[in-house]
Amino acid sequence: MVSTPSIAPTTGSHPAVRFDTVGMRYDQGPEILHNVTFDLPQGGFQFLTGASGAGKSSLMRLIYLAKRCSSGTISLFGRNTALLGREELPDMRRRIGVIFQDFRLLNHLTVFENIALPLRVAGQARKSYSEDVMELINWVGLGEHTHSYPPTLSGGEQQRAAIARAVVAKPDLIIADEPTGNVDPAMAHRLLRLFVELNKLGAAVLIATHDHSLIRAMDAPVMELKNGTLIHGEAVS
Amino acid sequence: MSDQGLKSAPLLPPDAGRDTPLFAVAAILVFLAGLAGLGGVGAWRAADDWTNQLTNEVTVQILPTEGRDADADARDGAEALRAIAGVRGVDVRSRAQSEALLEPWLGSGGLPEDLPVPRLIAVELDPTNRPLAGSLEAALADKPYRAALDDHGNWAEAVARASQAVRYFALVLVVLLSLAASAVVAFAARASLAARWDVADALHIVGAPDTFIATLFQQRFFLLGLKAGTLGALGAGLAGAGLAYAGGTAGALFFLPTLSLGWMGLIILPIAALASGFIAALSARLAVSDALHKRWS
Repeated sequence: MVSTPSIAPTTGSHPAVRFDTVGMRYDQGPEILHNVTFDLPQGGFQFLTGASGAGKSSLMRLIYLAKRCSSGTISLFGRNTALLGREELPDMRRRIGVIFQDFRLLNHLTVFENIALPLRVAGQARKSYSEDVMELINWVGLGEHTHSYPPTLSGGEQQRAAIARAVVAKPDLIIADEPTGNVDPAMAHRLLRLFVELNKLGAAVLIATHDHSLIRAMDAPVMELKNGTLIHGEAVS
Repeated sequence: MSDQGLKSAPLLPPDAGRDTPLFAVAAILVFLAGLAGLGGVGAWRAADDWTNQLTNEVTVQILPTEGRDADADARDGAEALRAIAGVRGVDVRSRAQSEALLEPWLGSGGLPEDLPVPRLIAVELDPTNRPLAGSLEAALADKPYRAALDDHGNWAEAVARASQAVRYFALVLVVLLSLAASAVVAFAARASLAARWDVADALHIVGAPDTFIATLFQQRFFLLGLKAGTLGALGAGLAGAGLAYAGGTAGALFFLPTLSLGWMGLIILPIAALASGFIAALSARLAVSDALHKRWS
């Protein structure tokens, strides 16, 4: 493995994520999350678990600013997201790397182009990031697939590409929504090791999963959502 | 593997199949708008020509008087008019020429000799130095024959009104077609975005502002509008040239001024093509920005 890319930690006393009695509903529908309160410290590592439909993905959406909460306060790196102007949201999103169960890679772009997407969107020239992206591609073990298209990759390879895309811009926070849902157990544990390494480099990590074997493999705090309500430190059976 | 020498692929994937009907509709709309624009310009120029001809010429009728030689009277009247400052030329029409003018209404069988056919004098005025008001009438007032003067005022006014109506009609048509094009492109842009939410979502998640995503769609639709506009404008140009040629032939046959487009006709088509691109770009940007705002509000 080549040297790991550096992910600069953010210094400061604010947690990476702070939820304070957060409630959320879609339009006029029923409340999906009720009174959710938790902190994810900078450089911390936590799991979020719960049955399907418990509200894990909705909570993740709130963190990556795809939705706004309907009550309570959400702070990211000490900033109240309700007070962020629309023009400030992209900069805040760039501090967050997001990984999905279904990868969300763009099938018409190569692995290289998918991974470099955050840098391209940030206006960087290809020449300026080409070397770093190649290094990252090799680090996640996709060196042979640099110019392949996502549909030609296995689930595990696609997820590694998605992880590389999430971390290429050196985010302060990495959130993963069921990142191992479409890969076999061996690959799931390999991906978990990737998250651990990224966390060691300074990024806060929050993984939403209902894969208990994954949670048991780590000594990390676990939050459980039950019908939209958060239960801290529940034992995982 | 290396990345040397490779170019980045477009962020929006090709959408050729979906874009073809929109391309055709945009080209047809620009074709119609181009034709309307050319029609307006042609009518404008024709009306100017007609108005100039009418306002810079006066027709004098020498009415036959029993016992007098109407042709001699017409010549005498022409001499009197020629002497007035501001008259550029006079042209006396003979009885035969007057009869030829009446032929479409009275037939070609020849008119009875005793029918009093007025003689006409066409008086061409200098547009930069027009005769003093009333000077033409005064020159003929003391003559022993009767003369009637027609300054074409009624005709000129009617032609001006008609040309104004044609201009407004063409303008309204161009505006309506532009609105229709905007609506079609906005609809297509929303459809294109709906089919490409995967791309928009991925870009959004990695920190792309709405303006970045809207610009991608704007650029795509600008090119589409420009290409369709160029095709439509070329078609309108060819159709306009064909109409001008046919109009010229008809004009020669029916004594009408020919349809002439001039330099305005030459620039209106590139403007239509460019406008098509800009209308498409703006419509797409507004539609996509609105959709993004609603999705991620």
